[in-house]
Amino acid sequence: MDLKDLYQEIILDHGKNPRNLGKFDNYNKDEDIAFEGHGCAISMASASIMTDMVRGKEEKEVKEIVADFIGMIKEKDSLETNILKDDEKTKLMSLSGVKQYPMRVKCATLSWHTLTSALDNSDQVVKTEE
Amino acid sequence: MNVDDIKREFPIFDDKIQNNDLVYLDSANSSQKPRVVVDRIYDFYTKEFSNVGRSVHYLAVAATNLYEQTRVSVQKYINAKDKDEIVFTKGATEAINLVANTFGQKYLSEGDEVLLTELEHHSNYVPWHFLRKAKNIKIEFAEINDDGDVTLEAIEKKITNKTKIISVSHLSNVTGAILPIKKIVQLAHSKNIPVLIDGCQGAPHLKLDMQDIDCDFYAISGHKMYGPTGIGVLYAKKKWLEDLPPYQGGGGMINEVKKEGITYGELPNKYEAGTMATAQVIAFNESIKFMEKIGIQNIEKHEKELLDYGLEKLKKNNSINIIGNPREKGGVISFTIEGVHPHDIATILDEDGVAIRAGHHCCQILHDKLNLPATARASFGVYNTKDDIDKLDEAINKCKKIFNL
Repeated sequence: MDLKDLYQEIILDHGKNPRNLGKFDNYNKDEDIAFEGHGCAISMASASIMTDMVRGKEEKEVKEIVADFIGMIKEKDSLETNILKDDEKTKLMSLSGVKQYPMRVKCATLSWHTLTSALDNSDQVVKTEE
Repeated sequence: MNVDDIKREFPIFDDKIQNNDLVYLDSANSSQKPRVVVDRIYDFYTKEFSNVGRSVHYLAVAATNLYEQTRVSVQKYINAKDKDEIVFTKGATEAINLVANTFGQKYLSEGDEVLLTELEHHSNYVPWHFLRKAKNIKIEFAEINDDGDVTLEAIEKKITNKTKIISVSHLSNVTGAILPIKKIVQLAHSKNIPVLIDGCQGAPHLKLDMQDIDCDFYAISGHKMYGPTGIGVLYAKKKWLEDLPPYQGGGGMINEVKKEGITYGELPNKYEAGTMATAQVIAFNESIKFMEKIGIQNIEKHEKELLDYGLEKLKKNNSINIIGNPREKGGVISFTIEGVHPHDIATILDEDGVAIRAGHHCCQILHDKLNLPATARASFGVYNTKDDIDKLDEAINKCKKIFNL
């Protein structure tokens, strides 16, 4: 295990200065994404990077990215979707450090489950455990 | 007391954990086990095992005697008047549930109030919440002050003529506050209100004298006292155990069972239904002997020294915020670091073998009040040294470095 894999610069940056945090500031737009909450560096960074990455994408595409990301965190070695560019995939892969820290996997996946729930208009409480 | 000698009695420290010497600072959660306790479980199962209290063969009689010896050891250790005032449970949680359930059944009805404090562990809130749902009783919370302490006055303020029982912690597992339980009992008794003390954090660290404290109930957790998991104790004054209904029904707790009706057994059997955690109870006797050998005064003194050293050291460390500053404090330091979430702190400290806890420590009411989603907590036991605190401080510095603080 190596802490440097878990706390990469990009994670610390997004953890400290999360993008898209807070309520929507522009209600006139048809579509936008933002998140509210507080948590550890991993969970904040994950939500921050995720919101950046799915902005402007079609619902179907977003769902494919979510499935790909969760699949990567759980078992796969890399991301397979063609929707993301290589540099975007590299950015997302910075969260793969949690794979060495089983207790922290849920920190990385929480916001992704929440996004799925929001897309499905579900009123269920989101859980990271299955 | 010689801490190095004591530490050698704990096999967990013999080997490296993830290539590190273990710095175990999570004793408020559960303590490590000395060799005598572990060996006792093994010996009982391999050489002496039988169920207790039923059969007349040699092993059954011997096991029953061993089981009852622990009861007497506990009685003496906490200075209870009678050995029948010691009821074995699966833990302090079950001990509190036992009281809430049986006392609630007999003495609580709609509109009655149970008085707790804001610093209670969930195990001293949820069992009462069940009664709130089932019987429409009310739960009142005595407030913590800015120091993370609950004063006698705060308790007094919440007592009304509807208050039927007061249930409070002896020692907070978050702020370390030691509550003035003797005065709380005196005040409550002057108004004919019984008192339950949640002694999870009290029993492993403070001298106990039930006759002096004079509380009605005291809940003890075995695994926090260097004992096995699955064993706890409910101390209750004999008058209550005779007066309250049984808790669980089953073998061992009955006198006569007929189709028309059932009579219940004498104390202490009345509250020990089914096959109990026999090996754990027998091994728990070794935990008591282990603590007696060191001496509770020495344990208190040692942990106070660690606490003073730890507070001084961490207060010098910039960006650490220590939670609570109670008048009397046990060996618990909860803290936050500006800019680093407690879960990140715990993961980074763990990399150097420093085991602490992060989260709300089963005290959400307290954390809500302090407006903190989570804290990090270092807590001490007999095996901790000043060196452990130095390592904690170093690991915190590493944490700050990673987060560029």
